[in-house]
Amino acid sequence: MNDLSTRYLGLTLKNPLVVSASPLSKRLDRVRKLEEAGASAIVLYSLFEEQIINESRALDHYLSHGTESYAEALSYYPDLPHYNLEPDVYLEHLQRVKAAVAIPVIGSLNGVSRGHWTEYAAKIAQAGADALELNLYYVPTDPDLDAFEIEQMYLDLVREVRAHVHIPLALKLSPFFSALPAMARQLVAAGADGLVLFNRFYQPDIDLEQLTVVPTAHLSRAEDLLLPLRWIAILSGRVATDYALTGGVHSAHDVLKAMMAGAKVTMLASELLAHGIGRLAAIEHDLREWMEQHEYESIAQMQGSMNQHAVAEPAAFERAHYLRALNTFDNRLL
Amino acid sequence: MRQMRPRLPHAVIRSKVYPPALLAAAPAGFRSSPSRFKEFPDLIYTLQVAPEDCTGCGLCVEACPAKNKRAAGRKAINMVEQAPLREVERSSWEFFLTLPETPRAGLHLGSIKNSQLLLPLFEFSGACAGCGETPYIKLVTQLFGDRTIIANATGCSSIYGGNLPTTPYTVDAAGRGPAWSNSLFEDNAEFGLGMRLAVDKQNEQARELLLRHATTLGADLVDAILNAPQHDDAAIDAQRLRVAELKARIAATAPHNGTRVELGYLASLADALVRKSVWIIGGDGWAYDIGFGGLDHVLASGRNVNVLVLDTEVYSNTGGQSSKATPLGAVAKFAARGKATPKKDLGMLAMAYGNVYVARIAMGADDQQTLRAMLEAEAYDGPSLIIAYSHCIAHGIDMRKGLEQQKLAVQSGAWSLYRYNPQLALEGKAPFSIDSKPPSIPLEQYIYNEARYRMLAQSDAERAAQLLHQAQDAVAQRRQALEALAAQLNKGAL
Repeated sequence: MNDLSTRYLGLTLKNPLVVSASPLSKRLDRVRKLEEAGASAIVLYSLFEEQIINESRALDHYLSHGTESYAEALSYYPDLPHYNLEPDVYLEHLQRVKAAVAIPVIGSLNGVSRGHWTEYAAKIAQAGADALELNLYYVPTDPDLDAFEIEQMYLDLVREVRAHVHIPLALKLSPFFSALPAMARQLVAAGADGLVLFNRFYQPDIDLEQLTVVPTAHLSRAEDLLLPLRWIAILSGRVATDYALTGGVHSAHDVLKAMMAGAKVTMLASELLAHGIGRLAAIEHDLREWMEQHEYESIAQMQGSMNQHAVAEPAAFERAHYLRALNTFDNRLL
Repeated sequence: MRQMRPRLPHAVIRSKVYPPALLAAAPAGFRSSPSRFKEFPDLIYTLQVAPEDCTGCGLCVEACPAKNKRAAGRKAINMVEQAPLREVERSSWEFFLTLPETPRAGLHLGSIKNSQLLLPLFEFSGACAGCGETPYIKLVTQLFGDRTIIANATGCSSIYGGNLPTTPYTVDAAGRGPAWSNSLFEDNAEFGLGMRLAVDKQNEQARELLLRHATTLGADLVDAILNAPQHDDAAIDAQRLRVAELKARIAATAPHNGTRVELGYLASLADALVRKSVWIIGGDGWAYDIGFGGLDHVLASGRNVNVLVLDTEVYSNTGGQSSKATPLGAVAKFAARGKATPKKDLGMLAMAYGNVYVARIAMGADDQQTLRAMLEAEAYDGPSLIIAYSHCIAHGIDMRKGLEQQKLAVQSGAWSLYRYNPQLALEGKAPFSIDSKPPSIPLEQYIYNEARYRMLAQSDAERAAQLLHQAQDAVAQRRQALEALAAQLNKGAL
């Protein structure tokens, strides 16, 4: 029997198939099915900085605006003794998920600025999370804010969250850094135990009929794998930390490539949303089959075996690879 | 602007068409453009804001469909600081008021665009900024003008409708406006029926007196008055002229032998010879709950009254108590754990009579359907009931988004639009029309924009989920029931 186990963020996982932050983890019955289908860990859906900061304010606003405006209507709602705002609901859900499954559960916190909301990192840890994934995403629109300042903002945030929690901390990053290896090294030095590459974002689209901007979210496609694959291959031999590859993982082959590039785990959601939770078992089955056919004993054996340091042509992961791709196309055209 | 919508609550945005020559007297800064009304090809169009009466609700900006082609964030109307514009717009507004009103006669009222050229006789009310009720009342006064007689139940609409010594009901250039009075929660329908009976009795007595004094007053005039059709504004205007002539002849008649008293009496009743439009208006607390017995009685009477229920699904004026119109799962006072029973279906109860015109409307979702329902209800010679979705401060929403919420309510199937017109059945036509499409979005996409639902989700998530589930099921069942009813009622129609 091949050994599919892997170590990620100090956790021993039975295989490298982790469910990424997505609506899949919002319902307890689905979480149980994910475990039954073979998931080795689950990253819970994300709790957003905006939810923590704005939600209580918004609810309070809408429950109290208009009060004391008419003699006959001093208020418009009954007084309830207790409200569970989304952050509280999240923590309660995390506790329920932990109680429902035996596999590790990773909390997910999404934000960018320092502030009291980062206390929720500690609350997520107290609620029983085995690790925390911090999702860093900032869209820089201010021309006066340079890259150094933004990177410092990220680092400050990581240090602040690190100070709040003692459970393992992973950072989910965007691919938009000028010097990703340097940034990765600094983030690890600031306290990250792992890097999750890469975040995929809701992208604004334009509705031509309404002339409005609408957020869109597309499921990942197989070709999305290549970007994180390249960067994990480049980074895994240079910055020592645990890497998770997310985005574009749809088959056992994708998982194998991620492991060889140097990832400790792969994260899946789109494939499961599109084709059902049962795909996990099928991918695990294909993984074993491939390993047997190719005589691999364990996942650990292949991890990093094709990172930039290990391959015969390290330059293939750099600019030359791009040129060769162009040449290939040129040859075809000829 | 492509066209002005009727959805704005405070009548601070007006439009007129007028001859270009009148622009000669316009103050600096007054804006106009060629009319795009096919009925008025040679006239000039102006859309004018009353800058000092604007409440700043922002609803107009949300409702405005016309966006700037160079910067889509700007619309044909935008919220900006008032101070820099105040002086110019104040003089523009004052000039605008001097421009002639669009003549009602001959104007096709079935078009939204045209309806907004009509003078509203309900303006600048003290309702909440962005109120969802007042656009319906404003539209009634635009469509039926000074012929409107309103019996108003106690509630928000009686407070902003008669915040004495001021009133938002106003008069036209001739000094004519709607008649309005307020009665109690428990008897407003009967109060309005009394108005109907009084007008009918006055009309009956005037007709008797006309016949008795036909020789003195002129047989041709009397005959024309008694047989006037009065089916539209042109015909009604003609009747007004006849009544004015009648009064003049009475004044000119030499009094003798006891006719003086009777003719004097006829002069006092003569205005009742012009067709009146009786509207009984109130909220859901009145119509569904406290005044329901009376409402039912009035609908059963068969008399020609128009009932407009401004349904906020909660007692708004007294501070958000649950009514029988409150939907399943919404939190209100006396329903702090979310209302456990469904909303009463007032429309279906009224339809059961078979001879009551019934419409369910939501201006934010379909203003054309709203307009059609009001015109049909008024034209129907019998009782009419219009149930109007009215977003409210007690829903816990950003009031600028009130119209959007109305649209979502309809798209989710929480609020179906329909019209039942018994007159069509008498003519052998299909009387029942479902005016909204089958539900196209999940209920939660509508309800969780509102604090009245969110607060349950955040205080008792399990119960909220359970009630949402029930409510979602009920949406599908209601749609099926509506379609089955339509098939049954429209069977055999021409």
